[in-house]
Amino acid sequence: MKKYMLDMKVTESKDLHTNYRLLKITSDKTLPEALPGQFVQVLVDHSPTTFLRRPISINYIDKKSNELWLLIQKVGDGTRAMATYKSGDYMNLLLPLGNGFTVPNRNEESLLLIGGGAGTAPLLFLGACLKEKGFKPAFLVGARSEKDLMQLDDFQQFGTVYATTEDGSYGEKGYVTNHSVWAGVQFNRIYTCGPKPMMQAVARYASANKIACEVSLENTMACGMGACLCCVEKTIDGHVCVCTEGPVFNIDKLTWQI
Amino acid sequence: MADLNVNIGSIQLKNPVMTASGTFGYGTEYTDFMDINSLGGIFVKGTTIEPREGNPYPRMAETMAGMLNAVGLQNKGADYFADKIYPAIKDYKTHIIVNVSGSSIESYIECAEKIAGLEQIPAIELNISCPNVKKGGMAFGVTCAGAAEVVRAVRKVYPKILIVKLSPNVTDIAEIAKAVEGNGADAVSLINTLLGMAIDAETRKPVLSTITGGLSGPCIKPVALRMVWQTYKAVKIPVIGLGGISNWKDAVEFMLAGATAIQVGTYNFIDPAVSIKIIEGLNEYCDRFGFKSVSELTGALEI
Repeated sequence: MKKYMLDMKVTESKDLHTNYRLLKITSDKTLPEALPGQFVQVLVDHSPTTFLRRPISINYIDKKSNELWLLIQKVGDGTRAMATYKSGDYMNLLLPLGNGFTVPNRNEESLLLIGGGAGTAPLLFLGACLKEKGFKPAFLVGARSEKDLMQLDDFQQFGTVYATTEDGSYGEKGYVTNHSVWAGVQFNRIYTCGPKPMMQAVARYASANKIACEVSLENTMACGMGACLCCVEKTIDGHVCVCTEGPVFNIDKLTWQI
Repeated sequence: MADLNVNIGSIQLKNPVMTASGTFGYGTEYTDFMDINSLGGIFVKGTTIEPREGNPYPRMAETMAGMLNAVGLQNKGADYFADKIYPAIKDYKTHIIVNVSGSSIESYIECAEKIAGLEQIPAIELNISCPNVKKGGMAFGVTCAGAAEVVRAVRKVYPKILIVKLSPNVTDIAEIAKAVEGNGADAVSLINTLLGMAIDAETRKPVLSTITGGLSGPCIKPVALRMVWQTYKAVKIPVIGLGGISNWKDAVEFMLAGATAIQVGTYNFIDPAVSIKIIEGLNEYCDRFGFKSVSELTGALEI
């Protein structure tokens, strides 16, 4: 897929809760085609400690309004600076980068998209694309507490949403792997993105139950396009760049001890 | 429009702007962002005779105005390069130069011989300065005797242009440059990364799997500039300057300090089209000050 470097304008910037901000950005030109699971590299201005671009998942692409959504979790100086961007500000992006999730060919009945924290971000665009192709995806989102759950209304447009919270304030109490939906439905394919322990728990379940499973990794990156070889993950094929061979990997490729 | 041609030995570059090894892949990674044929040259990823997996993740730590890396020469080996990569890149209309590394004199020789057989590779850059491998690499580049030995050995088997990439992790880089010049190097390139370290205060652990790594980016530019100047005064062979170059002004400064040509490294990660902007900026600079040829800048520092 052809990659672009674009100056894009922020059209909306809003807090989803204290630690997360949603940026909607647009371009004079029609946004490039992108696959769900791909990411962008953002050049961060006004943060002297931030030298490298920041890789951010594509949260959603609204073709009608020509807007790209980025869900920013405020982790360090770079993401905090990004969260201060206001409507009308410009940001420079490289996009689209990485490989994206596999959209099944045949009509697999039950697809489950499991997200935790900022890891829910790429699943919104994935859910939208799956629905457009005629699938009926289900979402399972996990968080510490109700206030940490984001974009539930958006997810509901594209499929059924199940939720778990560690404190039981929303959905079922516990972790995503304990949710009662597992007992009722035999899933054909699982997609997951979120904290590594969560993804590993999901991968363990998928592996034990012989369910196809893809995870999206977020190894620290420099270039984002396969030049620097910094973001490597150890796979059955040796070290590969997460930025070009990933960020999405089938769990069969990984060497996780699960 | 100034004449941007410069010469490194018998190789004529269409302009002095090249991309540094390990920051530009094999060039193909950047074709969406720029016309790579406009470059003076491309130094491709460090290549060793045997395939190397490199160091474990994590391999990178961001710093103020720079980054540390500990990639450790991950590459698929010289045979893979010759069979699979070379055919795809050999017809680029720019000079493709292979960065050659090794863990022993014999492995440097073997790799240089293999690359010498590739017709459209006019030069190699002998990497005696990688700080991220346990054996070889920088070990050769930090003493005059070690540098001389490996250059002498490779010179015997490599008939084309031999560029030697120097380490800044030495007391006197000019002495090392003289040693490699005396043993047959056609040019030197400097600097490779500075040995550095990053610690995570929260976890009280090193950030890199190797504990130490190589520092690059704008933060090392003043050190690199100083070393280029010192080396330029000490040797007669061309000096290729690199270390933190991020715009045309940096490139001009390196040339004034004595560089015949320059390489853009880490900044390719920030702006993948930066080298094209540097070529344009150099041309405008020459026009503005009435330099008919960019080569007039080399060593034109007024003291």
